[in-house]
Amino acid sequence: MKLTQISIFLENRKGRLYEVCSLLGKHKINIRALTVAESEQFGILRIVVDKPEETAAILKKNGFVASLTEIVAVEVADKPGGLAEILKVFSQSNINVEYMYGFVEKKSDKAMLVFRFDEPDKAIALLKKKKIKVIGRKEMGDL
Amino acid sequence: MDINFWDKEIETIDKAALKALQLKRLKETVSYALKTTFYKSRLKKAGINSSDDIKHWEDYKKIPLTTKDDLRECYPNGLLAVDMQEVVRLHTSSGTTGTPTVIYHTKSDINHWAELVARSIVATGATNKDVFQNMMSYGMFTGGLGLHYGAEKVGMTVIPMGGGNTKRQIQLMKDFGSTVLHVTPSYILHIHSKLEECGVGLNDLKLKKAYLGAEPYSENTRKKVEHLFKMDVYNSYGLSEMNGPGVAFECVHKCGMHVWEDTYLLEVVDPKTGGSLGEDKEGEIVLTNLNRRATPLLRYRTRDIAFIYKGLCGCKRTHRRISRITGRTDDMLIINGVNVYPSQIEEVIMRIPEVGTNYQIYLEKEGTLDKLIVKVEIYSKMFRGDISEIDALKSRIIEELRASIIIHPTVELHEPGALPVFEGKAKRVVDNRVKL
Repeated sequence: MKLTQISIFLENRKGRLYEVCSLLGKHKINIRALTVAESEQFGILRIVVDKPEETAAILKKNGFVASLTEIVAVEVADKPGGLAEILKVFSQSNINVEYMYGFVEKKSDKAMLVFRFDEPDKAIALLKKKKIKVIGRKEMGDL
Repeated sequence: MDINFWDKEIETIDKAALKALQLKRLKETVSYALKTTFYKSRLKKAGINSSDDIKHWEDYKKIPLTTKDDLRECYPNGLLAVDMQEVVRLHTSSGTTGTPTVIYHTKSDINHWAELVARSIVATGATNKDVFQNMMSYGMFTGGLGLHYGAEKVGMTVIPMGGGNTKRQIQLMKDFGSTVLHVTPSYILHIHSKLEECGVGLNDLKLKKAYLGAEPYSENTRKKVEHLFKMDVYNSYGLSEMNGPGVAFECVHKCGMHVWEDTYLLEVVDPKTGGSLGEDKEGEIVLTNLNRRATPLLRYRTRDIAFIYKGLCGCKRTHRRISRITGRTDDMLIINGVNVYPSQIEEVIMRIPEVGTNYQIYLEKEGTLDKLIVKVEIYSKMFRGDISEIDALKSRIIEELRASIIIHPTVELHEPGALPVFEGKAKRVVDNRVKL
């Protein structure tokens, strides 16, 4: 149950982040999770949306450099130690996290974490074995 | 003002004798040129089959102009006039699109070159009592070795430091009491900005003179350097095709650079038509070797713009003086003393698949040094969303550019379409450097 994340290359220019977000708003695309990785001269905006392929097409049509990446979204309890608990599972099984980000779900006691692994299938199998909830595409749309 | 000579007889030769000597040497040069595959066919087409076809000065004009492109086409040995066994050194220049040029030297060529440099050094009033710190790069770049041999001939104490490593330069200047420097204008200003940091004051140094070259600079920069260091600054001119430094040099009068006319035939031509211009007109400098054996060049277009001063110099040297170089007829950039053509940068960018084909070159001043910024667009299909991948791409572009043009650039990555698109002639170079 891998999800698709969109990465958007943004050069370091005033208003560029606004331009991408306003484009998404205009097309009624709701951002479920996001993070910005920054370097000296450019940034990469990573977003999780319900219709990633469609969204990527819109972005590309409007001149943005975007690419799709497989990620795994996991639901954990929104309490102290919640993240540590799940990272312990990966650490013990030697699964490398390339990067991750998280956000709190609306009106619930859960938090969603987005992981990018170099071996996503191995990670998903492990999560299932440990009975940790992996979020599917439909659930993502319902969030 | 004391006027010293290295070779007084030749430096003060009267006009008529100089003319006769030049014609004699031109004929010799033509006979050597006819030994090269390039000039053999080029001169034949112009009706020159032997040096006997050059009888009078009028015949000189029959010789066609030689260009940098000719030199590229002749690489590696189309302009070699002697047996390789007689060649003691060669200097190549990195080409604009991968085709370099080469100049060969025999033992006597190197000696003539060193003689001219010795003449130039003595013309500035320096002697064998001076300590000479050479801050120009050694190696293929002719600036370092060129002055080195001449300075040794004069008998100066030579410190062959080469370029860069500012702290060590300052340390050497202090420890050995360097009196004469050979340096680019931007680097000497950079050194000044570091003196305080190194805890060195002007009183700790014994500087008297500096030879500034390899980059164009203004009279104001000369005055500034002279004021900052309390030393005399002399302008130097040369190009690797004509050996390197020592083609023309200022004497103590600092009023234009004497072109050593017993060794170089000097003309000024219209850069558009190639036609000869009058004495006082600004135009492209064209030079002919008069005593180089291994690679004799006839009527070579330097692409440097300057004019010839009228009248005799106060030093009594009869060799005419040219002005500072006021411009170039091509798009060559001089970045911290290094010659770079935009096409060299383009060539590197075009072979990296992760970047698009649009690019821009920015030149800025960072302190007194030049900074090269290359802006490229990333190619959207190559973007996979990783920041480390993009950082690696940036490092790769920097490394490949550095290998090609010697200079370490700053590389900026942009989104496709972010750089200006030009219809017609693209303006890819933006030079924001304040003219020195």
